[in-house]
Amino acid sequence: MTTSIEVQGVSKEFSRHYQRTLKQVTVAKLRRQETKKTFWALRDVTFTVDQGEAIGLMGLNGSGKSTLLKHIMGVMRPTEGSVRTRGRVSGLIATGAGFHPQMTGRENIYMNAAILGMSEEETNAKFDDIAGFADVGEAMDTPVGNYSSGMFARLGFSVAVHVDCDVFIADEVLAVGDQPFKKKCIKKMEEVRDSGVTLFYVSHAAASVRRMCTRVIVLEKGVVGFDGDVDEGIKFLHYDDDNDEPDAEDEETTDGELGSEV
Amino acid sequence: MTEAATRHDLANVPMVDPADKGGLLGVFRRRYLLRLMVRRELRARYIGSKMGLLWSYINPFSRFLTFYFVFGIIIGRGQVPHFAIHLFAGMVLVNLFTESFNAGTRSIMQNKAVVQKMPLPREIFPIASTLVTLYHTGPQMVILLGACLVTGSFEPDPVGLLAALLGFGIVILLGTGMGLMFSAVNVMFRDLTRAVRIFTQMVPFSVPMMYPYTLVQDRFSEIPGITHLYLANPIAEAVLLIQRGFWITTVSDKDAADAGAQWGFQPGLHANFPDDLYVRGLIMLGISAAFLVLAQWVFSRLDDRIPERLVA
Repeated sequence: MTTSIEVQGVSKEFSRHYQRTLKQVTVAKLRRQETKKTFWALRDVTFTVDQGEAIGLMGLNGSGKSTLLKHIMGVMRPTEGSVRTRGRVSGLIATGAGFHPQMTGRENIYMNAAILGMSEEETNAKFDDIAGFADVGEAMDTPVGNYSSGMFARLGFSVAVHVDCDVFIADEVLAVGDQPFKKKCIKKMEEVRDSGVTLFYVSHAAASVRRMCTRVIVLEKGVVGFDGDVDEGIKFLHYDDDNDEPDAEDEETTDGELGSEV
Repeated sequence: MTEAATRHDLANVPMVDPADKGGLLGVFRRRYLLRLMVRRELRARYIGSKMGLLWSYINPFSRFLTFYFVFGIIIGRGQVPHFAIHLFAGMVLVNLFTESFNAGTRSIMQNKAVVQKMPLPREIFPIASTLVTLYHTGPQMVILLGACLVTGSFEPDPVGLLAALLGFGIVILLGTGMGLMFSAVNVMFRDLTRAVRIFTQMVPFSVPMMYPYTLVQDRFSEIPGITHLYLANPIAEAVLLIQRGFWITTVSDKDAADAGAQWGFQPGLHANFPDDLYVRGLIMLGISAAFLVLAQWVFSRLDDRIPERLVA
């Protein structure tokens, strides 16, 4: 089995730099107050992912999920440790990241695809698929600033998922978007997963993680709290207690509908 | 792409550091993305404005008229033959430098959203800014050439054209280096944008375009050290080089004879330029190239901290 992602003792330190003026800093220094505060967003995170695995990355808000994804995508570099990936990495950390609001949907597709490493020919060849999946209709040639948040999200997801990649990263893609779009996303991601692409999926929805993933990694305040079986991971987070989950009903219907379709 | 072809043969694809984008070389490898960025920048800069790209010319043109009126007519009338060309040739390079520097410095802050979330060599933003500025220089060169031809006495020579090219080389390398270095530094110290603006406002006065080089030589004839210091400015050297190509070659014998002597103008090719003009130019080119390397080094040192510093 080929290793797809190797995260070795990764720690990331952030400084809580307030944008302060020279005067404020001087006053703080004179009063012997702290002028610099740092914290660890990730602490000694280690794991290895084999090609074709589908990882569900879970954890409470602020546990370091997005920071970890940024390291795997290569947006950030760790303070300590190393990250290695094999093949082309695609995906999205935030829906519609890097869209220019004044450019049209079409222009943004080309731009975003290029950032994710696609060539002009590749984008031309896949343009119809991307546009079809995003399903923004006539709005394709109008500035994306006028799009609804759902259309925005669809366009972003559509570009990322059509990149011929080896590792696909999806951060809370389903947070925005209506029921039909969620279904479409899950189906598309299942296709991607089944074609042998390594999937890295962040979600708070236990049902979709159960459906999509073969392994769960739980982050707790920047530390790997759990790494292993999907159901156990969900239990570890206490996300299995459906009664406590405000979104539970929604989950059930999603699950039901998906079940009937797939 | 090769990645797509080897997609199912991943065993032979090496594990790589995803954050390693290859710096300036990485930007060069992603020319298609760079092209899209330049195109976007060209369109986005004047989006929603009725006159669009025209503003890129109105601004330098009004500056030209101001300088011409004050220095060419009020102060130094008849002192420098074809003063308008003397001035405009210098302005082409000075604008290229200050715009690359200014726009480059702002570039990363301006593209915050992309920088924080998408993987790409971040050097691409200041480089795109320089290319956009270079694009605007094209029409200015056409105007300059047109003005030279209108004089009726334009006699370009190969040495002069090479000199002008050398001037361009110095300005492009230095402008790119400045933009690159300060785009990253600007993320850490936001006050810098303002400081850079003040600095670039001083540049036009520090080069021999509103006044001839001979005036500087003349005023400091007692203390030649100051003239040497003046010439240590790479932009001043570049301006002299472009004037060697496009200004002095328009001055006919009659024009030279008619010119006043108060600003030190003398007939002849070499009397109006410092000694060793070309050697100095080549040295400046080397220094500018070295500076670009230094800028890349500084950038890569700061690069890791850019995404997190953009948040605050």
